[in-house]
Amino acid sequence: MSEKLLEVRGLKTYFYTLKGVVKAVDGVDFELNKGESLGIAGESGCGKSTLAFSIIRLVPAPGRIVDGQISFMGKNVLDLSEEDFRRNVRWKGISMIFQGAMNALNPVYTIGDQISEIMIIHRNYTKKEALEEAKKLLEMVGIDPRRVKSYPHELSGGMKQRVVIAMALALRPPLVIADEPTTALDVVVQAQIMNLLKKLKNELGISIILISHDLSLIAEIADKVAIMYGGKIAELGLSEHIYLNPKHPYTQGLLGSIPRLKGEIRDLTWIPGVPPDLSNPPPGCRFAPRCKYASEKCNREPPVIEIERGHYVACWLYA
Amino acid sequence: MAELQYTYEPQKTSETILYVENLKVYFPLRRSIMDVLRGRPRLNVKAVDGVSFDVRKGEVLALAGESGCGKTTTGKSILRLTPITSGVIGYLPSKKLIEELNSIPGVNKLTQDGHVDLNSIPEKFFKPFRAEIQMIWQDPFGSLNPRRTIYEILEEPLDIHNVGSTREERYDLIAKMLEAVKLTPPEDFMYRYPHMLSGGQRQRIVIARALILNPTLVVADEPVSMLDVSIRAEILQLMMDLKKKLGLTYVFITHDLALARYIANRIAIMYLGKIVELGDARRVIETPFHPYTKALVEAIPEPDPERRHVIKELPIKGEVPSPVNVPSGCRFHPRCVVLDQRPELAELCTKKEPPLVEVERGRYVACWLYAKPK
Repeated sequence: MSEKLLEVRGLKTYFYTLKGVVKAVDGVDFELNKGESLGIAGESGCGKSTLAFSIIRLVPAPGRIVDGQISFMGKNVLDLSEEDFRRNVRWKGISMIFQGAMNALNPVYTIGDQISEIMIIHRNYTKKEALEEAKKLLEMVGIDPRRVKSYPHELSGGMKQRVVIAMALALRPPLVIADEPTTALDVVVQAQIMNLLKKLKNELGISIILISHDLSLIAEIADKVAIMYGGKIAELGLSEHIYLNPKHPYTQGLLGSIPRLKGEIRDLTWIPGVPPDLSNPPPGCRFAPRCKYASEKCNREPPVIEIERGHYVACWLYA
Repeated sequence: MAELQYTYEPQKTSETILYVENLKVYFPLRRSIMDVLRGRPRLNVKAVDGVSFDVRKGEVLALAGESGCGKTTTGKSILRLTPITSGVIGYLPSKKLIEELNSIPGVNKLTQDGHVDLNSIPEKFFKPFRAEIQMIWQDPFGSLNPRRTIYEILEEPLDIHNVGSTREERYDLIAKMLEAVKLTPPEDFMYRYPHMLSGGQRQRIVIARALILNPTLVVADEPVSMLDVSIRAEILQLMMDLKKKLGLTYVFITHDLALARYIANRIAIMYLGKIVELGDARRVIETPFHPYTKALVEAIPEPDPERRHVIKELPIKGEVPSPVNVPSGCRFHPRCVVLDQRPELAELCTKKEPPLVEVERGRYVACWLYAKPK
């Protein structure tokens, strides 16, 4: 039943800045089955957003995908021409809910216009057909379809976010990437948006890649979780592996720093130091300078160990 | 045993460093010339609409709620950074300051313990209060002047308040403060500019700047929300250590209830300019009474992989209404799901504002489920 949807192998995305090469994504491997959802977590600057932009081939200049493979439904999409990718993969195959999506809407067009644009371009719909479809989409994300004539400023933050989700689903892509879809939203609205994403995932059978710095939010939806640090995946596994049996010292540190709502109050822990500068990362394990278990070995690149079925850790402690 | 209070009254003892009574902060909306000619009434954004609480010496009081609930405005009005519409902010000054105040005409002492109404002090006499009540700002990227070195940033408060008579004395104070916020060795940091520091280090500077004048009361407005989760605990631990060492009292403004549970002694949950629930932080968050608090707690995600298998509908409807047209009666009633199950309360909830009643000792809730109309 598990059909492979996306496979990323050895992906490297570098930014060629005046101050040197920033290795934002530096050798990332993972795969995703149909209908599965993956959470990508990490601190700011760990490369998680760049990874998302790489998958949809929208890495902003001066960034470039320099190496690796991204197979989507069995095809390496990095081999396609830009035009071919735009026509056949972006939005039809993989769409994205952008970070700060509330500001991603154009203030001078109605939301109906903005949603229908997708169908007019990709499906050659007439304006009238497209608007009908836009109404259906709005209904699907829980907005009154009569709102097609509204302008973005007439909607609340949560509703704008729903509109952006509707746009991502317009062509019914099998994979949706959500990059911090709830930042700047209040907890109540955030919970409603997460409920919507869960429902859409169940009803439409889509795969979701959720990118967030918030491990609690990722637990709401992800079947698999990848913990990113310094442009690499430090730990990857099923949600149960990551949350209940974290192995990488970085994952353990992240989980220890989250205040909980229930249970005994244990002292929160933190990870000392700051994330590495990706234009000049430390040799070997990138987490070593902040790691309390660091030893001599950590000066060399850590191997990726499969510690139990489907649970991978890049750490010398387990080698 | 004393009877439970029907309506919350802030404590005003010698242990109360600050109390706020019926604070209202309205921001008037602009009227067009046509509105004026037609005689339309002036409309107000009711950011804070009748808030009362007290802060006891040495405690951490959290003000929590969603954006737009008035928590930051309340914090700012304590520092007199925003003009208030009505209400009393009673502050208990230090002994030294009380002596100074005696020489100022027109200052009315409110209580026998010496609380003064901050808004009765003329601006020109307010400066010493600003040294005692300080603020830690939310955004360590926006609140530090990028053109000044850390030394200059920390020297400015000393300069304004004439602390330290010689250069050497000030240098020592700044070096000690940097050490206190664990930026060591201090010489390494003094001559750097804010952009040369990480977010966490910058927030330490913001804390150092707030504490360098030896304040007694510190209002911290979301001090860690802009930082990565992995370093939040470190900054919080630092704040708590400094509180113990320097005998501080914190008013901690936050939207993060889980965090409040860890650091606050008491918590006030705000909704649309009013306190809906007030009490011991752990008890309020672990067993909330008010339907709004319940929804808020339900909405917080937890790092539990089981949660992905269930879709839990939140016990709340609709969206936050505009603070210009506040709903009648209980301002939460249009979103309240309990009201749907208890239609007999509708008359009360839609018409009459619920008082903040004491339901257990020290635990207050503003909801008609818990109060009987008088």
